[in-house]
Amino acid sequence: MRLSTTFRMTGLLAWLCVSLGYAYGQQPNGTASAIPSAQLLQPEELVQILRSGGEKPLVFQVGPHVMFAEAHVPGSEYVGPGRETAGLAALRDRVKTVSHDQVIVLYCGCCPWTKCPNVQPAYEQLRSAGFGHVKVLYLATNFGADWVSKGFPVEKSR
Amino acid sequence: MRFVAIFAMGIALARALPGSPPSSPRTPTPAAARVAPDFSRPDLDRQEIRLSAYRGKIVLLNFWATWCAPCLAEMPRFAEWQQKYGPRGLRILGVSMDDDVAPVRTTYRRLKLNYPVVMGDETLGAMYGGILGLPVTLLIDGEGRIRFRHDGETGLEVLEREIRELLPGP
Repeated sequence: MRLSTTFRMTGLLAWLCVSLGYAYGQQPNGTASAIPSAQLLQPEELVQILRSGGEKPLVFQVGPHVMFAEAHVPGSEYVGPGRETAGLAALRDRVKTVSHDQVIVLYCGCCPWTKCPNVQPAYEQLRSAGFGHVKVLYLATNFGADWVSKGFPVEKSR
Repeated sequence: MRFVAIFAMGIALARALPGSPPSSPRTPTPAAARVAPDFSRPDLDRQEIRLSAYRGKIVLLNFWATWCAPCLAEMPRFAEWQQKYGPRGLRILGVSMDDDVAPVRTTYRRLKLNYPVVMGDETLGAMYGGILGLPVTLLIDGEGRIRFRHDGETGLEVLEREIRELLPGP
C-alpha cells in the first residue's frame, strides 16, 4: 500500500515537473525569446559603450515611432517596427551600404521581452543578410522601466 | 482525469512563479494623487472626447496598441467591465499608441469594444509621465485624480478590485 502511494506520488511529481517545464518552455514564435542569449546586450553594457571613447555601434530602434519620439537611446536611428514588412524593408535599405563587420545594436522595448514582436524578425533579417555582429538590447519589461527609469541618457524627437 | 488536473495545477503554479506577468501598481493616497492631465481628442467615430467631461465618473484610462499582445489580452475584459460597471459610473477610455489608425479600427471591430478609443502620441505620453512600454492603465476617481497606475501587464483581479473600491455603492 505504501509502495503504491510512493509510486503514485512520484508519478504526480513527474507530471508536475512536465507541466512546469511546458508552461515555462513554451514561447511564441517570432518573439524576442527566440534570440540566443549570447547575442543580448544588457542596458548597462550599452550605456558603458556609449560613454566610452571607442567606436560606437549603429543603434537601431525597430519599434513604434511614437515611442521613439517620446524617448530613445542617444544617437539611435528609427528604422521601423520589425514585425511589419515596411519596417523590415526600411532596415534592409538602411544597411545596404553598411559593412557586414559593423556592430549593430537593435532595440524596441515596446512591451515585455517575451511579448516583443519587433526585435526578433529584425535580428533574423540582419543575420540572414550576413551581418555577424548583431546584438539586441535586452529590455525585460520595456524601455521606460529598463532604461528611462534607471536614469540612462535619452534623446527626444519627432 | 487526475493527470489533467495535475497538468493544470502545474500550469497555474508556473504562472504564479517569478517571471509571470508583473504588476507594478503605484497607489497614491487620495490627498497625494495628482489630477489627471486633461486632453481632448476625436475617437474612432470622430466624436470629440474630453477627459474632464468624465468628472463624477470613475475612469479607466488604458494606453494600448495593436502590436501589444498583453494589451489585446486584457481589453475584452475591459469591455465586460464597461457593461458590468457602467451603470455604477465606470467609464473606460482607450488611448492607442499605434502609429496609424487603420489597424486600430480593425482591432476595435474584431474585439467588439464598447468604449471610446482615441489616438495617442508622444505629447500625450509625456503629459502622463511617459508611456514608454505598454500597456499602461490608470484609474481616475470622480474628482479627476489618478488613484492607481499600472505600468506593464496587470493582474486583472487587482484592477477589478480597485475599480470596485472606487465605485460608489455595494
